[in-house]
Amino acid sequence: MVGLEHYLAVGAALFVIGIFGLFLNRKNVIILLMSIELMLLSVNINLVAFSSYLGDLTGQVFTLFVLTVAAAEAAIGLAILVSFFRNRGTIAVEDVNVMKG
Amino acid sequence: MSVADFAFYLFALTTVVGGFFTVMARHPVHSVLWLITAFIGATGLFVLLGAEFVAMLLMIVYVGAVAVLFLFVVMMLDVDFAALKAEMSKSLPLALLIGVILLMELGTIFGVWQFADGAEAARVAVTPALDVAHNTEALGQILYTQYILLFQLAGLILLVAMIGAIVLTLRHRTNVKRQNVMAQMHRDPAKAMEIIDVKPGQGL
Repeated sequence: MVGLEHYLAVGAALFVIGIFGLFLNRKNVIILLMSIELMLLSVNINLVAFSSYLGDLTGQVFTLFVLTVAAAEAAIGLAILVSFFRNRGTIAVEDVNVMKG
Repeated sequence: MSVADFAFYLFALTTVVGGFFTVMARHPVHSVLWLITAFIGATGLFVLLGAEFVAMLLMIVYVGAVAVLFLFVVMMLDVDFAALKAEMSKSLPLALLIGVILLMELGTIFGVWQFADGAEAARVAVTPALDVAHNTEALGQILYTQYILLFQLAGLILLVAMIGAIVLTLRHRTNVKRQNVMAQMHRDPAKAMEIIDVKPGQGL
């Protein structure tokens, strides 16, 4: 019998993979964005699993909003990436130092 | 093992393996394809959990839009990915360390928590029985009443994101011929053409 904890384990594994990807691909912004998508997906899995096992629909409503924000973030992130690549000809993160931050 | 259990393990494995190869794949195009695999696995998990609407939304929004957007950008940018990948082995120990520590931290809470006593009573929107309203209908009932403000704000976020993406990537190239609508509309026949009476056998 598959319980709530099985789903939480999947969510935790996916979140750790996301973090792992962030540190592993520090150069490549595209993979960084994909890792963030993975982490948001794991959060969604947790929300839906709790919503389903507790019998409360609020978790699924919240998932919709997380999904919205994730889509907006991906669109803006990729747009920034494209315009940055046009200006500098690279997507490596350490080359992003125009503002001396 | 029942069919539902088998389906769970199948989808869970698909999701985790897809996620793992997303961050490990050698070429970003492969990464995006593995990301799509992970999303499809998650969709299956959501269907198993009885959240069909969110599952289909994930399929349409993530697989249909976000993943394809990633694919577009990966193929559009002409980047030497091999050079970026060469540095990967350098950061592997740190990444492994952080990943293992985080996994252990999450593992310590596995199985030792429980729902609070008042959790059942504190539910905000109790899921109706399946013969009363199915998942999509029940979600609509609360999304358009209780959460209407958040729903509208989500739409606003998407609008701002759309405008932002267009503004960021739009550029006017100077050496390209463009249609000038005003010039077209202000043409008048007297300046644009001339009627010439051509004599036979003479030409112009």
